[in-house]
Amino acid sequence: MKILAMDTSNKALSVAIVDEGEIIAELTTNIAKNHSVRLMPAVEQIMKEANLQPSELDKIAVAKGPGSYTGVRIGLATAKSMAWALNIPVVGISSLQATVYQGRFFDGVVSPFFDARRGLVFTGLYRWTNGKLVLQREEMNVSMEAWLSELKASDQRVLFLSPEIESFRSMIKDALGEKAVIPEAPFHIARASHLAMIGMGETADETHILTPNYLRLAEAEAKWLAAQEDSQNNG
Amino acid sequence: MGEFIMTKDIYILGIETSCDETAVAIIKNGQDIVANVVASQIESHKRFGGVVPEIASRHHVEQITLVLEEAFAKSELSWDDITAIAVTEGPGLVGALLVGVNTAKALAFAKQKPLVGVHHIAGHIYANQLQQPLMFPLLALIVSGGHTELVIMKAHGQFEVIGETRDDAAGEAYDKVARMLNLPYPGGPMIDKLAHEGQATIDFPRAWLDPDSFDFSFSGLKSSVINTIHNAKQRGEQLENADIAASFQESVVEVLTKKTYDAAIQYDVSQVIVAGGVAANKGLRTSLTKAFEHTNIPLAIPPIHLCTDNAAMIAAAGTIAYEQGKRAGMDLNANPSLPLEQ
Ligand SMILES: [Zn+2]
Repeated sequence: MKILAMDTSNKALSVAIVDEGEIIAELTTNIAKNHSVRLMPAVEQIMKEANLQPSELDKIAVAKGPGSYTGVRIGLATAKSMAWALNIPVVGISSLQATVYQGRFFDGVVSPFFDARRGLVFTGLYRWTNGKLVLQREEMNVSMEAWLSELKASDQRVLFLSPEIESFRSMIKDALGEKAVIPEAPFHIARASHLAMIGMGETADETHILTPNYLRLAEAEAKWLAAQEDSQNNG
Repeated sequence: MGEFIMTKDIYILGIETSCDETAVAIIKNGQDIVANVVASQIESHKRFGGVVPEIASRHHVEQITLVLEEAFAKSELSWDDITAIAVTEGPGLVGALLVGVNTAKALAFAKQKPLVGVHHIAGHIYANQLQQPLMFPLLALIVSGGHTELVIMKAHGQFEVIGETRDDAAGEAYDKVARMLNLPYPGGPMIDKLAHEGQATIDFPRAWLDPDSFDFSFSGLKSSVINTIHNAKQRGEQLENADIAASFQESVVEVLTKKTYDAAIQYDVSQVIVAGGVAANKGLRTSLTKAFEHTNIPLAIPPIHLCTDNAAMIAAAGTIAYEQGKRAGMDLNANPSLPLEQ
């Protein structure tokens, strides 16, 4: 089974082709620039080098967020349309979950996170148990400060993985000290080959229904809902 | 065997997501509509009183493959029949455009079809070609929520902007005045309707700018409407909304009509065409028809469903671009401020 995987949900852009569990090609850049311009040329390049025609693909895996709203949509519009046109299944995978695969052999809990601005992060808590990934805490949009104090309350060692790790390093170390484990740079970037591996085993999404996992309402909608609530409480 | 050259029909798949309509169409030979599907988001944006870009983008990504599927189902064509894919690359809301552009690229790659980028305004002009062939040189008046422009075309694919708005677009002014009058979104059509129930009793200003300029300006008119409503309220007077709408509309329509007429005469055009969402405005249609009925210049205004955003017009413009050999690569990007003249 040949699976094409793509991730444009955060700073890095990563595409891969995996065939029967073997990585055929992978291309990752980490320059936060113009995913819209660079995604398809990257796909085209690895397909060409792997000597594959689009019609030979069996499945598509895509990182569905959380992350940059625009970045996530670039990936999903591409993956859904391609899967629909080729009439093959598509599967959307949490961008946080893909990142956790970078901590595959860590014996403890893993907190992948993405900067969500204004002191907030998109995060969740995972643990590898007998080679299986178990979700410990639902993915959420939370203040980093609150999240760290919650983690501090338990006595577990926590592996932090994030493309924005440097902006949060001192904050994490101040809160958790030795309990916080922060690896070197290469471990913080999700790889499309991992997406493909996860996607291989997952049941496909209904192509038309697959939507980004924003983890947050659009700002206008949140404000509108708050205003509705206000007028209900005051009315 | 006789020499017999088969001219193959050209089928262009068009995709348009520049604002709040997710649209897909298939056009045969640049003029026949085979399928034309538009998923409107008006209901979603109504409660916000205008288009919210982030919400528009979210809807596009949810709708796009559904709209594609519906278009193919209506056309009864298969991918083998499709010659090329055309997509709006700009101008428009960047996040919204990106969904269409990336969809188009993915389809072009998956099905190994040529890809063509289309300017949204070129699309509006080419909506007319779905009714009758364009006659050059032509003058196009493009009026919508985002645009007020006068364009001269001497040949297919050649655009010369001779006038444009220096501030608000005509449609934008309509929407703002509608909001002042507490009319529900989208306000433009509501003002048009209301205008026909009232009398143009208020003398709002007409911005003619320099005598030989074909540019427009609507912000002064908009301010004048605000002040008039405000002053009347302070004096305790009650102005009829219908009269305000009629007076406002008269001012807009008079300027649009006069400048279009003058440009048509000056450039000695063979045809005048009107395009864009505001081309659906009855007041404007009537006024332009009257202005040109005494001339020998034919006036073309597409039916309302082709005036508002759709993908049929993108596929029609895309057909010409395709025939002229224009091609986009896999690095095609959305360009929110794409110029029409190139
Ligand atoms: Zn338009």
